[in-house]
Amino acid sequence: MRRSNRQNMAVYQEEVRMKKSVFLGALSVAGVAAGVAAAGTLDDVKARGTLNCGVTTGLVGFAAPDANGEWNGFDVAVCRAVAAAVLGDPTAVEFVPTTGKTRFTALASGEIDMLARNTTWTFSRDVDLKFTFVGVNYYDGQGFMVPKELGVSSATELDGATVCIQTGTTTELNLADYFRANNISYEPVPIETNAEAQQQYLAGACDVFTTDASGLAATRATFEAPGDHVLLPEIISKEPLGPLVRHGDNEWGDVVRWTLNALITAEELGVTSANIGEMASGTNNPEINRLLGTEGTLGEMLGLDADWAMKALSVSGNYGEIFEATIGESTPIGLARGLNAQWTEGGLLYSPPFR
Amino acid sequence: MSTITDPPQGAFRPSMLLNDTRYRSYTFQFIALIVLIASFAFLGSNLFSNLAAAGLNISYQFLGSPAGYDINQALVEYNSQSTNARAALVGILNTLLVAFLACITATIFGVIAGVLRLSNNWLVSKLMSFYVEIFRNIPVLIWIIIIFTIMTAVMPAPRAFRGDDATASMVMNAFAFTNRGVYIPAPVWGPGSLIVVAVFILSIIGVFAYRRYATKLLYDTGRLLPMGWPSLAILFVPTLLLFFIMGRPIGLEYPELKGFNFAGGIKIGGPLIALWFALSIYTGAFIAENVRAGIQAISKGQTEAAGALGLRSGRIMNLVVLPQALRVIIPPLISQYLNITKNSSLAIAVGYADITATLGGITLNQTGRAIECVLLLMLFYLTISLCISAIMNVYNNSVKLKER
Repeated sequence: MRRSNRQNMAVYQEEVRMKKSVFLGALSVAGVAAGVAAAGTLDDVKARGTLNCGVTTGLVGFAAPDANGEWNGFDVAVCRAVAAAVLGDPTAVEFVPTTGKTRFTALASGEIDMLARNTTWTFSRDVDLKFTFVGVNYYDGQGFMVPKELGVSSATELDGATVCIQTGTTTELNLADYFRANNISYEPVPIETNAEAQQQYLAGACDVFTTDASGLAATRATFEAPGDHVLLPEIISKEPLGPLVRHGDNEWGDVVRWTLNALITAEELGVTSANIGEMASGTNNPEINRLLGTEGTLGEMLGLDADWAMKALSVSGNYGEIFEATIGESTPIGLARGLNAQWTEGGLLYSPPFR
Repeated sequence: MSTITDPPQGAFRPSMLLNDTRYRSYTFQFIALIVLIASFAFLGSNLFSNLAAAGLNISYQFLGSPAGYDINQALVEYNSQSTNARAALVGILNTLLVAFLACITATIFGVIAGVLRLSNNWLVSKLMSFYVEIFRNIPVLIWIIIIFTIMTAVMPAPRAFRGDDATASMVMNAFAFTNRGVYIPAPVWGPGSLIVVAVFILSIIGVFAYRRYATKLLYDTGRLLPMGWPSLAILFVPTLLLFFIMGRPIGLEYPELKGFNFAGGIKIGGPLIALWFALSIYTGAFIAENVRAGIQAISKGQTEAAGALGLRSGRIMNLVVLPQALRVIIPPLISQYLNITKNSSLAIAVGYADITATLGGITLNQTGRAIECVLLLMLFYLTISLCISAIMNVYNNSVKLKER
């Protein structure tokens, strides 16, 4: 008996100690890490030799480790392009998996240099949370997925349905707004991870699964019978997803912004991974020359090498090539370009000129 | 030749703070305290200056703004236009609900398993040790997810109840067990139902009065009145009689399949059931060990003496062993109750809207006020834990060994 009492005492002390150390840990993370943020991120990254890039904990097509543990995906490609532009090495990236909850703290505290985690650009995130969205790499919107056997063809028929939501996104708010505006009732089941929510949906514990339409397509691609599920036509929100950095470090913000723009512009100008070597030796198009650094001093203005964009483009090609390789119609995710086509093709992608 | 003298009892000198064992420990404790305060102050000021440098501030204004999201289980009125503070309140009540339910069932599981583990029946005692070791040694988060997953996979979805060739049916046309939760009939309060309820409450008081009287009679005269059936009779007969005399004022509203879900009745959500069950069965294993320790702490002589007086083994346990064992069981039991309350913060894994899921989850996410929300969460759990400790300490004082 004495022994068990002592054990209990030990357990109790252990708890007290843990609580203390957790509290101390939390404070020190918040306190110490924030100190790092003040210095110039570009110099930090160069000195460190690696780029710390925040990504999702795993969403096939956007950012997920493959069988060899290599991170791959649409968002990952942005990280690699930035690493190539700044450090000349697309593999010099430390991928930091973040959840919907931890991503902003990770960025604000300086744990990561940039966040490329299909994050929606909203007013309050930009202004109140003090982040800078450098652009949009995917124009998305929230949609619904239902089993085909329910015979539902529109979201307005969902009165009384149970809806599985992956929590930690703008999704909950859009959902509440949409159902309130259409005066239909529903029951939300917020689930922390995509995998768990998916399992609930497949077991029939919810009638509907909602998240960004691209995420729905990515999730459906992993189902055994993707054909048994339909995406409803309603897109209930605007979700411009893009990479973001901290407020107040404009040099670094410019580097990430123009790397993204370089990927987009390259597609517009027809610069691909196949012909980039040829084009780098000089072309008749001055904008291509400025982009690839054979003319002008754009790289120097950014604080990078003259051929920074060329390095970024050599990783996995231009925006269109990345799209096709990771989430495009030839992949299991099978997303059409849609809004994400170049402005010349009726889409919304429109990069400012390289001049 | 030297003589042994007492150490000089001189006046206090600063050097004694280091050299004199009487003061040295105070010196070290004081230094440790200063260092601790200084490091906290450093971290705190660092935090504030860095927040200020980043243009951020600590503000609780978000608590008053509309939350904007819906919650599936709200014990108080709530909709998406309610404030974040209201959402936090909903979360607090949900946390308290699941913690309260789990504390009760964990205690029941624990006491039964703890007593049975000491059973002379080999099979029973081995089964109980199997239960204890399995549940105690696998993290509770895994249990929560396993139970929730099994529940959603095994139970039928509401759409299985539909149609002529329905694969599932309701139990007694009143209870529906689905993978979204259990639907049970809800009472409908008609006129005069208040009297029935009042009589029922009076009956409960009556049962206690009867048992008190029986105990007193036993101690005074040695006469043993039956306890079981009279208690039941007092509890139910008057209420049932009145219920039928008054013409059944309390009706029942049965759950019914309507659209996607069952409507009507009371829904006990799947997440609540999974979390409740997982927490109780997990913590029950710990409580079983506490109970076993408590019972084994009572000398065997007590059992033998009670046996010599002619008591049967059930009565020996209830009247002699358990009352003495309680003073050993209660202090670690407090710890387990605190664990249940804190472990309930894993609710978000199964989509149960507790305080960590509302204030520490969606609100934190949508407002981005991480530090503020986490501080509030810490404050809440600390308060609740201290309250539970205080209440249980009062109980502990009432059962602990009274030295006269």
